[in-house]
Amino acid sequence: MEVTIPTENKGASWDGGNNNPLGASYGKMMMWFFILSDALTFSGFLGAYGLMRFKFHDSWPIADEVFTHFPFLHGVHAPMYYVALMTFILIFSSVTMVLAVDAGHQMNKKKVTFYMLLTIVGGAIFLGSQAWEWKNFINGSYGAVQLNDGKIIQFVDATGEQITLESFVKPLPSERTQHTANKGIWFRKEAELSPFSLNEVVESFKANPGISIRTEQINPELKSKTIVPHNEALAYLLEGKAVVKGANLQVNEYGKTLFANFFFFITGFHGFHVLSGVIINIIIFFNVIIGTYERRGHYEMVEKVGLYWHFVDLVWVFVFTFFYLI
Amino acid sequence: MTHAQEHISHTKLIWKVFAILSVITIAEVALGITKPASLHLTKILGTSPLNIIFLVLTLVKAYYITWFFMHMADEKKSLRRAVVWTAVFLIIYLATLLLIEGSYINDVLSPLTKWNY
Repeated sequence: MEVTIPTENKGASWDGGNNNPLGASYGKMMMWFFILSDALTFSGFLGAYGLMRFKFHDSWPIADEVFTHFPFLHGVHAPMYYVALMTFILIFSSVTMVLAVDAGHQMNKKKVTFYMLLTIVGGAIFLGSQAWEWKNFINGSYGAVQLNDGKIIQFVDATGEQITLESFVKPLPSERTQHTANKGIWFRKEAELSPFSLNEVVESFKANPGISIRTEQINPELKSKTIVPHNEALAYLLEGKAVVKGANLQVNEYGKTLFANFFFFITGFHGFHVLSGVIINIIIFFNVIIGTYERRGHYEMVEKVGLYWHFVDLVWVFVFTFFYLI
Repeated sequence: MTHAQEHISHTKLIWKVFAILSVITIAEVALGITKPASLHLTKILGTSPLNIIFLVLTLVKAYYITWFFMHMADEKKSLRRAVVWTAVFLIIYLATLLLIEGSYINDVLSPLTKWNY
């Protein structure tokens, strides 16, 4: 079979001829197509999240009740404020990035350096905030009981507000040693013991008639979790399997474990993008300082890395909407 | 390549876009915290009006970031369409199928889920 071989530019690259497909340089166009494919990857993840959310839409955790912490405000119920702050930090670092690109167009090395530095600082602050958010989610806030079939039971006071296990559980005299490698079968380990035993929680619950429980089920009229009266609640607790504090890939005190899985995976994947963006920004930052682009005659590299950085911001806008708002 | 003198600065536009994005974010957060019952507990087009507002505001934000921060407005129409139309079409397609499937699974599953003991 005959094959058509391009002979005109003899296999030379993009720079070999005068043609500029789509009016963009090779690097910029490829950055756009990389961003397109990455956007589709994120859509796949968020789509999977949407599928599971629709599947369990009558029992999904309510985001306002999960992310309620704000630095230096201990015990204050502050839903959304912290993630709003994170959003601002990321949008602002996008602004400094686009200002760096703009300064690059004017070949203003000093300004590019300054704005790139601000962008890197903004990205680093965002990463730190993300770590703090994860820490709070992993450590948990109230504690809950997991039932044999995996459902989560949370405790509420007479007004229906969630209460912590510490506020009503009294320790009972008992001995329970953590199974570590040197205190038992050497190749087996045990997950960290919860601060209270199931028995302690059940006994303290019986002793406190003022408190009650709520299930994961959402009341569709009020869009809030269903509260079970105290006298019916004991039947639920007798089905208990474990006392849960915090969230991880196996169990989640706020409700569906899937919620924790998706939260860790999607915000983790986004955070990894932010991390790589910060690293690439640092590399470009030093290239700006040593004058690479000054010698090259243009700051297109800043523009290309800027595209990636804005994309990271764009993804966060969607993550913010689907995890925290809707 | 372009020379320094030829390029006008877009600084003013950048700050304007930042102001728009900030106002939208503040509006979203305010609505998300207060959750007015008339928007949150009513239903329109299969979901609450609040969710529709969030979705529209998110898309507006995405538009401003792509068009003015990523300078999509300055690219050729062909590049713009190659990127934006591809993404919009494929994402709508994927999301539609997944969400229809999700609500179908819910229809089948939720009558079998036990909530009393």
